[in-house]
Amino acid sequence: MERHITVPFDRTVSESLSAGDYVFLTGTVYVARDAAHKRMTEALECGKGLPFDIKDQTIYYMGPSPARPGRVIGSAGPTTASRMDRYAPALMDLGQTGMIGKGRRSEQVKEAMIRNKVTYFAAVGGAGALLSRCITSSEVIAYEDLGTEALLKITVSDFPAIVVTDCHGASLY
Amino acid sequence: MRTVPAETITEAVEAMCIKVCHELSDDMKACLYDAYEKETSDTGKKILGQLKENLGIASKEMIPICQDTGMAVIFLKVGQEVCFTGGDITDAVNEGVRRGYTKGYLRKSVVSDPIQRVNTGDNTPAVIHYEIVPGDKVMITLAPKGFGSENMSRLFMLKPSDGIEGVKNAIIAAAKDAGPNACPPMVIGVGIGGTFEKCALMAKEALTREAGVHSDIGYVRELEEEMLTKINELGIGPAGLGGKITALAVNINTYPTHIAGLPVAVNICCHVNRHITREI
Ligand code: SF4
Repeated sequence: MERHITVPFDRTVSESLSAGDYVFLTGTVYVARDAAHKRMTEALECGKGLPFDIKDQTIYYMGPSPARPGRVIGSAGPTTASRMDRYAPALMDLGQTGMIGKGRRSEQVKEAMIRNKVTYFAAVGGAGALLSRCITSSEVIAYEDLGTEALLKITVSDFPAIVVTDCHGASLY
Repeated sequence: MRTVPAETITEAVEAMCIKVCHELSDDMKACLYDAYEKETSDTGKKILGQLKENLGIASKEMIPICQDTGMAVIFLKVGQEVCFTGGDITDAVNEGVRRGYTKGYLRKSVVSDPIQRVNTGDNTPAVIHYEIVPGDKVMITLAPKGFGSENMSRLFMLKPSDGIEGVKNAIIAAAKDAGPNACPPMVIGVGIGGTFEKCALMAKEALTREAGVHSDIGYVRELEEEMLTKINELGIGPAGLGGKITALAVNINTYPTHIAGLPVAVNICCHVNRHITREI
């Protein structure tokens, strides 16, 4: 099924999505990969909050190439999601509802997805030039010193993805 | 002796970094186009179509094909009659990488220490493999390596009694394990023989072989063809979402080994198998 989804979205929307659905995401997405996840987790462990309110938000696992002058972002395809598996359940427990990446996830992540009604989308790996066209704004909101691994807030418009694992436990892989 | 200024190497490496990250070599492009024609699954075809479109956008709009512009792996074959002037050759190569990744708006993906992990900010240092060869030319091959697929690579120290069946099982196991994580369709570089490190290096260099070219050793060629067929029968498909194109090529290099050993290295690469060679 083809669906147009507005991000952020709540649990009810997540529950309506099934593995295999083609989606086009429009709205606001946060971007974080390894190092930003490590920092967010450390912030939570020492009792500090996250740099943004994660409730109903989607995190895109991605580290873009630099934008050429006059452009919003460089190449911007997904990175392997399993490297975030160690950190993801805690964020889902705080209300995150979507993840965009590529590749298999751990059992702990799948359990957290079912528990919190979270959807995992796959974007096509290695199609970063194509995907960058669906990103209409990008700003660093934290951890600028991490370079490509900084935490970003981006706006996406009809960003193509596939529901690869839904919040009911079904998966395409 | 022929003198080659170090700056010439720097300039070549800089230009090669920028070119290779925006435009796949003709052999790899042809491979992907061919895969699109052959794929029968709807999803698979759709994804291969996106990958084709992606290549067009990348070269036309100068946006890297993939945001992971890799760690720069360089094979430098230096003729023994060459004398480099005007600086250290390793510095010259790294300066080329630094300039290429900075001026070309390529991603800086290298951290200075594997545990402390501070980004070096310019994608240096490169991983450089030197070889002294006859003649007075310098052959530079650059292959920026993305780590989604690098992380799925494996090295097996098999026993001689495992034989060719053991080798086949190792290759298939690595490809299966890599699955959706390595951005299939993949290119698979294999090293068989040598020592632990020689084997891994052969697997890496096998990735730089022109697609469609086979080993000139009879049984190795057959093994390459059989492995490609078997891997495609796994059904992993483009992006790991099912289909008959899981790999684009399996390239195998071999080397003599010890009476006690049968090392096998499987270096997994994605469809963005970037390699470029220039002779100076
Ligand atoms: S595995 Fe290849 S295509 Fe996938 S993200 Fe890494 S470099 Fe890009």
